[in-house]
Amino acid sequence: MRATIRSDAPAVEAQSLTKVYGHGNTEVVAMRDASFQVQRGEVVALLGPSGAGKSTLLTAIGLVNPPTSGRITISGCPTLDGPRPLVNLRAFRRKYIGFVFQKANLIPFLTALENVQVAMEINDAPPRKARKRALELLDYLGIADRRHGLPSTLSGGQQQRVAVARALANNPSLILADEPTAALDSHRGRQVMELFRMVAHEQKAGVIVVTHDHRALDVFDRILEMEDGVLRPPPNGPSSRNAETRAQPA
Amino acid sequence: MNLAVRDIRHKLSRFLLTALGIGMLLMIVMGMGGIYQGFTEDAMSFLDRAQADLWIVQRGTRGPFAEISRIPWSLENRPYAVTGVASARAFVYQTIQREYQGQSLRMTVQGLAWPQDDGRELPLIAGRALGQAHYEMLADRILGLRLGDRVPLGKDVYTVVGITAGMVSTAGDGSAFFTVPDAIAIQYDTPGEAIRLERQTQQAQLAKQDLGNTQPFLRDQLPSLATALSTKYVSAIVVKVAPGVDPADAAKAMSAWRDVTVYPNDAQRELMLKSIERNRKQLGMFRTLLVIISAIIMALILYTLTLEKMHDIAMLKLMGARNRTVVALILQQALLLGALGYGLAYCIGLWVFPYFPRRVAVTHENLVQLALIVLAISIISSLLGIWKAMSVQPNEVLA
Repeated sequence: MRATIRSDAPAVEAQSLTKVYGHGNTEVVAMRDASFQVQRGEVVALLGPSGAGKSTLLTAIGLVNPPTSGRITISGCPTLDGPRPLVNLRAFRRKYIGFVFQKANLIPFLTALENVQVAMEINDAPPRKARKRALELLDYLGIADRRHGLPSTLSGGQQQRVAVARALANNPSLILADEPTAALDSHRGRQVMELFRMVAHEQKAGVIVVTHDHRALDVFDRILEMEDGVLRPPPNGPSSRNAETRAQPA
Repeated sequence: MNLAVRDIRHKLSRFLLTALGIGMLLMIVMGMGGIYQGFTEDAMSFLDRAQADLWIVQRGTRGPFAEISRIPWSLENRPYAVTGVASARAFVYQTIQREYQGQSLRMTVQGLAWPQDDGRELPLIAGRALGQAHYEMLADRILGLRLGDRVPLGKDVYTVVGITAGMVSTAGDGSAFFTVPDAIAIQYDTPGEAIRLERQTQQAQLAKQDLGNTQPFLRDQLPSLATALSTKYVSAIVVKVAPGVDPADAAKAMSAWRDVTVYPNDAQRELMLKSIERNRKQLGMFRTLLVIISAIIMALILYTLTLEKMHDIAMLKLMGARNRTVVALILQQALLLGALGYGLAYCIGLWVFPYFPRRVAVTHENLVQLALIVLAISIISSLLGIWKAMSVQPNEVLA
């Protein structure tokens, strides 16, 4: 199962994703027939109330929680056909997907620099090269001066920027962020959102951000909304900047 | 990047304390092995020092190292009648316990065939060999005697002129070396009152017999006659054959003697080892139990360390880390813990073992064996943690 990606293909393409938990009387449909595309360089917000299935969708396209049915293609490479993997999922995640979460989830015994570096080293990057790139990323995100600090010594915003740097480390074609600003104040939250936008545009990565923060929606190119496991266009329509790219099932 | 080292660095003091605990446990395992080895070496040092080809002991007994053996000292000359015998000398071996300066002094008395053997081949660490036929002794340092100490034993007083090292019996008692006559005198020391009572008994018995009544002068001469005619006993006779002579040939000739049993040195060595077999087994069992306990404790520690990192391991898996990265994290920590524990066990052992009452002989082979055991323990004990780490799913990061 060798993965071949295309740089001209959409960052991710989901077709009729459905996720069912349990059986019989305990069966719960967490996601039903979700289809969409995100282009490279595009920043997409995924909105919806708690329990709507946003995280289920995100973890499905992040190849950590395969759907019950449906097909996921990342950068032109089919990865999942229902629960059946079409590539080595772990290797694919390692190379082509970056994750950012509500909590930074940094490894507590590694410094900021090492947290970024480790993402590259597990992708077989030479340590020296990985260190250089990690330094560049931290510098790019404005926290190079805290590179030797352990996560416990960093503020929430600094930790989240390190997490973003880690997600960017391997030049992924897809970045998935699950409420990355929930633990930050509005100023820091907006900074992180703008960071995603900058990264998506500069590094040509598709970015999907699950968020409840409606104050920063203008940052996104497009908005998707989920409710009761179903993906729909937002009721109030998109903002002026992303009007032409409103949520459209693929 | 070595994740195991980074994790240890982060919780260094706890890791060091854990390693110290493991080290203490391994030190006991090491010490048990050393005591086990010490038994064997102590036992063998006696035999090796004797440099015997054959041991002549009391008929039907297994020799002085296994049980009491008494043969007449005069038998020392008999082996010279056998072709090929180069030397024969008395061997005295007896454990005694006396009071000295208000302390109990327990020692193994050994006789040296002075003047041929004055003890200069013993491992002397202070003083000199025996310089006269009587009233001098060499004492092992474990006895706590000093040069110049005058030790009353029986009716005589013996001056310590030399201190030896490592001359300990299989029972753990330090050895003291005397000339054979002195050793016999100490061994068969009888209080004056007992001698007087014995003489009275002998005279009374003689008086009841015709010989005593018809030859009354015998009753008066009985004490000196009894002394003159008494037989002195030793524990064994040590025989050495001439170069090129097969000890078995000499033993075959001696086997015709009905009053003694002859053992080749190898047979005596086997008997010696059998006499300490139970102690060795006891220590071996205890050591095995300690190894198992160490493995269980290490497994629990590593399992706990892994449980603490489950979230980080899930994150690593989410990022796409291979299983070998996670396995290496746990296994390397286990090996580092084992290695550090082993190193600490060795260092603490070096410091502590000399204070043990019995010799702790930690040999190179023992160290290599324990290193392999620790390696095996480290690997086996990490399996539980590895199994747990392998079972964690990447999406648990989101929990």
